[in-house]
Amino acid sequence: MRAPISTAIAISVGVIVLLGYFLPVPLLIPLRELFVSWAVILAGVAGLVAILNMLGIHWQKLNTPRNRDYYSIFLLLAFILTLFAGLLLQPSDPGFQKIVTHIQVPIEASLMGVLTVSLTYASIRMFQRRTGWMAILFTASAMVFLIVGSGLLTVGHDLPLLKGLLAAINTLPVAGARGILLGIALGSLITGLRILMGADRPYSG
Amino acid sequence: MLVSILAFALVLISAGLIFIFALPQTGSHRFLRPIHAFDHLRQAIGLAVENGTRIHLTIGKAIPSQTINAAGLVGLTSLERIAQVSSSSDRPPLATSGDGTLAILSQDTLRAVHRMANSLELHDPARGRLTGITPFSYVVGALPIADSENVSTHILVGNFGPEIALLVEAADNENAFTLASSDSLPAQAALYASAQEPLIGEELFAIPAYLNAGRIYTASLRTQDVLRWGVIVVIITGAVLKFMGIG
Repeated sequence: MRAPISTAIAISVGVIVLLGYFLPVPLLIPLRELFVSWAVILAGVAGLVAILNMLGIHWQKLNTPRNRDYYSIFLLLAFILTLFAGLLLQPSDPGFQKIVTHIQVPIEASLMGVLTVSLTYASIRMFQRRTGWMAILFTASAMVFLIVGSGLLTVGHDLPLLKGLLAAINTLPVAGARGILLGIALGSLITGLRILMGADRPYSG
Repeated sequence: MLVSILAFALVLISAGLIFIFALPQTGSHRFLRPIHAFDHLRQAIGLAVENGTRIHLTIGKAIPSQTINAAGLVGLTSLERIAQVSSSSDRPPLATSGDGTLAILSQDTLRAVHRMANSLELHDPARGRLTGITPFSYVVGALPIADSENVSTHILVGNFGPEIALLVEAADNENAFTLASSDSLPAQAALYASAQEPLIGEELFAIPAYLNAGRIYTASLRTQDVLRWGVIVVIITGAVLKFMGIG
């Protein structure tokens, strides 16, 4: 059996947390809260370790003899500058937050612009790739909801027929989203159960 | 209290169904319907192994308020199976993520595959990478992999935002195969338009079963189907009862 001790710990902690949610046993609730708080601390430590690993990989990319990646120097410099500024000024300092957001927000906004162009291009290319009725339905629904969401039809909003029609159209994406989300919720339940049963063991390295 | 009892009963029934369907005599393996995306994925994995190109699997970012999500766990299981299948390749698979926990678990998963294959000396922790911790930095950090790591197959399984389309676009520019699935609705819409093989909704959870990861995954899929029919029956019954003015 792979990693029997880790598996036993994972299953027992998982079962205690799960039972703590469902059963009103006084002993289970503080235990559940303790385990969940440990999980949050461990996730934070994992984040720190993964960031150090990421820096190590970029350092390697910069020092590799072949195909040296000079872009990595920007990441390393930005990290060092942000780290020292954060340590000196504290992350909650308004000046520090201003500097970070004044760099981050414009960059992310420009990426959002690139994404808009990419998605428009991808939607056009989709017709070359997929020629079935789903592609037509996808485009037709995108067009309909662009028109409905643009507010162009608010002019005739007082007409009872149009008002009813718009209400019916606006219900469709909600119903579709709920259907997809129900499927995902069931899938998540089953995936969680596989962890509890010890069938999935992503911690067994 | 009633909600807790119902939820607990659902968990117990689901566990029981998985156990029953996992028994060899139930023949769950015959239950899978053909999905072309998985045929193309198997071809792409085979070609990558033959040509000595790399498979890149990205397993998403964290969901706020959750330390790990189910879609990420599916990504890790898929990573394990793909690493097993492509273990003979010159270029082993590469995993990226936008969350520290997922990055460490991806390294651990790759290490487990090497340990099981008695080739631990070949394990390279740099093949399980964190590329960024915000949604955009995660995707942008993964972009260089599309054009500099000789990747021929990208598998995107996890929680993403619509910005994941940037990675699919970069992969497409390199003529690489992309199979994508997410538990996020905006990402599903973006991936439907951009990816070569998008999976919609709960098809995400079918990936390990279609990669022949084991009987338990087929049993899980069958359980999911039974539960879905249960939900449909409950919804229709509720609607009919409401229509009749009962309850």
